[in-house]
Amino acid sequence: MPESVALDAVDRAIIEHLQGGFPISPQPYAVAATSLGIGEADLLARLQRLLDARVLTRFGPLFQVERMGGVFLLAAMHVPPARWSEVVDLVNSFPEVAHNYQRESAQQCAFNMWFVLASESDAAVATTIRRIEEASGLPVCAFPKLREYFVDMRLAVRA
Amino acid sequence: MRAPAAAGANLSLDAVDRALVIATQGGLPLVPQPYERLAEALGCSAQEVMGRLQSMLERGIIRRIGAVPNHYAIGYTANGMSVWDVPDEQIDEFGGKVGALDFVTHCYHRPRRLPDWPYNLFAMVHGSSRGEVLAKVAIIADLLGEACRAHDVLFSTRILKKTGLRISGSD
Repeated sequence: MPESVALDAVDRAIIEHLQGGFPISPQPYAVAATSLGIGEADLLARLQRLLDARVLTRFGPLFQVERMGGVFLLAAMHVPPARWSEVVDLVNSFPEVAHNYQRESAQQCAFNMWFVLASESDAAVATTIRRIEEASGLPVCAFPKLREYFVDMRLAVRA
Repeated sequence: MRAPAAAGANLSLDAVDRALVIATQGGLPLVPQPYERLAEALGCSAQEVMGRLQSMLERGIIRRIGAVPNHYAIGYTANGMSVWDVPDEQIDEFGGKVGALDFVTHCYHRPRRLPDWPYNLFAMVHGSSRGEVLAKVAIIADLLGEACRAHDVLFSTRILKKTGLRISGSD
């Protein structure tokens, strides 16, 4: 499990300092490694290890789908506990499902599965929602973004 | 100061940009010259790959380039989606204020789904414990004051999938 991976000070520095600003230059890992005070080969090996251990989900460009003319849509379902794993597999099987989280609330909120659909058009997202509804027999509730006030997911390492 | 998120103008991609998105959406090659490696795969020069990435960064198509941590693995085991019911006529004012709090990583106006879902303002809060998240949520509650009619916090209990963007290679 990712929670149990031990990170040393260099790993932490990599994660904290390389969440953005990776160089666009012929040998970017060498440049980034120098700024971290390590060697290029060490940085490459550590990135591979952090990816393999799933401490990092990716290393590369983080795209803003809307700026490509695409669509990011938050959606939620109420999945009965008896059908949980079956519906997880079904929803996750769609490549348009970029993230999927199980959530719970103290107020017994109706929705326990929350996922983000990423696709290239409203039509493609609508089709995916319809296919999930048809295959599961459960309604999918969409929460389109009406306005974005702030987004920045950079976080300091605490592990 | 945290700048508000820019409004998104839709910009479509040309065929080479699109091929570059598809080639990098799973990550950059972990080799000393990753842009050269991408250029070989795409049949163009490394200079063109770098120029196009720079341009996509400047246009906001790429938010940033670097490490995307699994926030659970770096110590943020409590991830709370706080949701708030505030008057529609004040939502932009409150959305701006809540989004400016340094512990809020995402903040959006989304539609209510009555009767099950009265909330129209979503603010994501991350922390090392539920207690920490709830303390931050209390700060938001203070900020909204009497304008907030109801709120809830949905904690994630499991990541079921996290792959990020995947656009297809077709058409």
